[in-house]
Amino acid sequence: MSDDDDDDDDDDDKARAHAGDSESGGDDRPEPPGTRKGRDGVGKRAAAPGAEAPADRPAAVASLARKKSAKEPAISAMEAPQPTVTRWVRLKVRRQDGADKPETKRWEEFKVPYLPQMNVHSALEQIRLDPQTVGGQTVAPPVWEAACLEEVCGSCTMIINGKVRQACSALINELSPNGEAITLEPMSKFPNVRDLVVDRSAMFEHLKKVRAWIDLDGTHELGPGPRESPEAQAERYPLSRCMTCGCCVEACPQFNDSSPFIGPAAINQVRLFNMHPSGALHKNARLETMMGAGGVADCGKAQNCVEVCPKEIPLVDSIAVVARDTTKRMLFGWLLK
Amino acid sequence: MASKNTIRSEGGKVRRVIVVGGGLAGLMTVIKLCEAKVPVDLISLVPVKRSHSVCAQGGINASVNTKGEGDSPQVHLEETAYGGDFLANQPPIKGMADAAPGIVYMLDRMGVPFNRTAEGLLDFRRFGGTLFHRTAFAGATTGQQLLYALDEQVRRFEIAEVQDEHGVGIPGEKMVRKFEFWDFLSAILDDNGVCVGAVAQDLKTMQIRSFAGDAVVLATGGCGIIYGRSTLSVICTGTAASAVYQQGAVYGNGECIQVHPTAIPGADKLRLISESARGEGGRVWVPLDAKDKRQPRDIPEKERDYFLERQYPGYGNLVPRDIASRALFKTCFHEHRGIFNADTNRNENEVYLDLTHKDEKFLREKLAGILEIYEKFVGVDPYHNPMKVFPAVHYSMGGLWVDFEADARGSLKAGSPRNHATSIQGLYAVGEVDYQYHGANRLGANSLLSCIYGGMVAGPAAASYQKSLARSAFDLPKSLFDKAEKKQQADYERILGQNQDKKNPENAYQLHGQLAEAMLRDCTIERDNATLDKVIDKISELDERVKNVKTTDASPRMNQGAQFVRHLENMLVLARVIAQGARNRDESRGAHYKPAFPKRNDADWQRSTLAKHEQKGAVKFIREFDYTCAGQPVHVTDAVDTSLVAPRERKYEQAGAASAAATGKLEPGKDGRRPAADTIREGRT
Repeated sequence: MSDDDDDDDDDDDKARAHAGDSESGGDDRPEPPGTRKGRDGVGKRAAAPGAEAPADRPAAVASLARKKSAKEPAISAMEAPQPTVTRWVRLKVRRQDGADKPETKRWEEFKVPYLPQMNVHSALEQIRLDPQTVGGQTVAPPVWEAACLEEVCGSCTMIINGKVRQACSALINELSPNGEAITLEPMSKFPNVRDLVVDRSAMFEHLKKVRAWIDLDGTHELGPGPRESPEAQAERYPLSRCMTCGCCVEACPQFNDSSPFIGPAAINQVRLFNMHPSGALHKNARLETMMGAGGVADCGKAQNCVEVCPKEIPLVDSIAVVARDTTKRMLFGWLLK
Repeated sequence: MASKNTIRSEGGKVRRVIVVGGGLAGLMTVIKLCEAKVPVDLISLVPVKRSHSVCAQGGINASVNTKGEGDSPQVHLEETAYGGDFLANQPPIKGMADAAPGIVYMLDRMGVPFNRTAEGLLDFRRFGGTLFHRTAFAGATTGQQLLYALDEQVRRFEIAEVQDEHGVGIPGEKMVRKFEFWDFLSAILDDNGVCVGAVAQDLKTMQIRSFAGDAVVLATGGCGIIYGRSTLSVICTGTAASAVYQQGAVYGNGECIQVHPTAIPGADKLRLISESARGEGGRVWVPLDAKDKRQPRDIPEKERDYFLERQYPGYGNLVPRDIASRALFKTCFHEHRGIFNADTNRNENEVYLDLTHKDEKFLREKLAGILEIYEKFVGVDPYHNPMKVFPAVHYSMGGLWVDFEADARGSLKAGSPRNHATSIQGLYAVGEVDYQYHGANRLGANSLLSCIYGGMVAGPAAASYQKSLARSAFDLPKSLFDKAEKKQQADYERILGQNQDKKNPENAYQLHGQLAEAMLRDCTIERDNATLDKVIDKISELDERVKNVKTTDASPRMNQGAQFVRHLENMLVLARVIAQGARNRDESRGAHYKPAFPKRNDADWQRSTLAKHEQKGAVKFIREFDYTCAGQPVHVTDAVDTSLVAPRERKYEQAGAASAAATGKLEPGKDGRRPAADTIREGRT
């Protein structure tokens, strides 16, 4: 491969380009499609703020790749990314040994080398390779939950620079364009397990409470389900993308220790299942779980939930629909008995 | 003789079956067990709703034929066998293909928001290795939607009481007890080597305990984290499969690892861009002029090389994944025609995956889930700019060897305790952790299907097995379970305590990085024996160095450091099975490709790789073995049952090569042998 005869200077350029690549995204995004100019875009990339790759970068620095022996294949996707040691990522992590040990609450700061397209998850991963605080103290690396890393499982939810979101989709370049320290805290509305891990089992219990399911007769063959228009599917599908991550309840002022409020996620499930033709057969049973203390009427209409939902679920609409249906059921339900 | 009561043991305990893993395969197994009135303990590494099945994007195959194309389960069977390069036993494929339409309808009844046609019917799209519209889908997050549907149904069983033989509820006993954030450590084997339970660890309190189970079903997914960065979730280390392999379970076709052609390179993960992008019209290309500096939108169509369409006119961009990945690799790596980067003055290892010719509204309806991932993680709008992609490790076709029993039609015999049984009696495996359905290469959208179908088979199989037991695991002496628990406790304490005072101890995460680097570079798309020898040497080196690991964490709570040491030790064992299996198989078949042996060699290698653990650092490859299932001895060989579709060379450059039915030139099945009613698989009982 021609790469093999690349000299160190090329490796340098490479590093710069990759740093620039990840920048360009943030840069280009606000522009409407079609306004992007071909080569201008490329030129702009190198100069993008935070691209952090000075032209006089030391030759030893390599980015994604390209330090390899002559005979071995090297591919960005197939070779471990090498840290760019000229740029550091600083993380301030709120640590705690458990809910029963409030006295162990503390901040610890870590510094890890930057990787191309780095996110908070991979920054935390870097700590584990050599777990030392900036003060040089060897500590146990912070613990956090992670699974899919593509914002579809909900595991890695935490508070990042004060905002609740997933660590996988929190890109370092966007959070810390100039090397600012990034703060990581556990969600506050759930019992702390350790460090950034909290116990969200209450959310799964709520799914039981609101009967978030179709009352299926069985998994034996009974032919297809009810027909549905593409429009109805298009309305139902976004509601069904809730990954029980907890962002909405974390941001909700009504969801706290002194209130039984069930929270937006569970209310959205009521709407979702009441929209389905088979689910609607048990619509009233679900609405009844929404009455009384902790139900839909406890919503304080702060609308924080819809702001923080990573899947952009129309939670406020769901709450409005369920509130309306619940009121109808409360007012007129007795007539039907 | 089977015991009289399958609900309660002689000692009065509720008899349960253990299911490990809460992805699609595990949850479907749980539902089938509950419907058979078998209570379940469900052990999962993560809350089941966060299992790796959520990552599946494109859809689930079923030959429902609503587009009037003449598709049928027979064609689905033929194309799956052909796509897998004839390494999979065919009766399980037939069972799966026949059951697929019913499975999709069942999911539809569960409320999965599948995309719809104007008439309100399920919509289907195209996927790789077929010319038919066979793939049902819910946007581009189908796996997530299917997992949620099964999760919801299992939740109903979580609140359902266990009923005794008179139909009276047993207070305090629910049909499903979930143990989430629990790590499977080992199967518990009695003195006859029969599996009677499992030992697991609570990852919050680090408590280790034994669970009795009349059967144990492993549904623990794939092992792609052995390769470090892949399209898999970080939980997919293969630790459970490795643990039972070390306890004697046979592992099949480990070397068959799928590399998906289109993923986005990233620092922590190679994020998948689903095959459905091509199924909905996406085109793969590189500039004709390898030094073309223009932005992709400025390059006119005639100056682009749509190399998949050019090389494979029959299936075009929808050739199977092994073929597409090799073509991408060749284009970028051997021909140096990857996308040119003017900044670096070099051709990157990337190609364009282009959807910009499609209407934005159409794309949002059908592919928003994946395009959102591209936009979020790359920061470029894929509706108006071609995406840049490269292959990534994606799926393990290989896995724990499991048995099957064929019926007279050549399909699976319903309820046979042999279906999905591993070589350890009482231990079952289902989902990506088994080796059953995909041969040497899996077709897209067959994995969700094989997980759910596998669960529909494994549940009844485990229930039948339980009925056949003369004595329940719940009546065995407590000492048996205590012993297994103590052994695992001691092992955990070894990990916590070892090398505490050692100078320059090893770091488990760093060693994992080295393992991943060797595996990713040399045990994926193109394999070479001399290089594989080096990989195996590297694994041996790491086997030694792992003994010097000092855990990064000594905490008594949520100790992820110590847990990872265990997973790493288990990954090293499976890595050897994969690499040594690849070293041995001197041919090219499906995803396993050796340039030095470019052809498939049926005379020597039309057989499953069967690996048996000898000791740490040694794999024994066997051609046959005997095991016992539900009291019946079974003789197994490595012969592949090809009784339904005759092996032939794959030729995806020709339309209809996988099944001529698609071209309308041949009736379904004519190019494959029809099964004789009494076909008995060669070499089996």
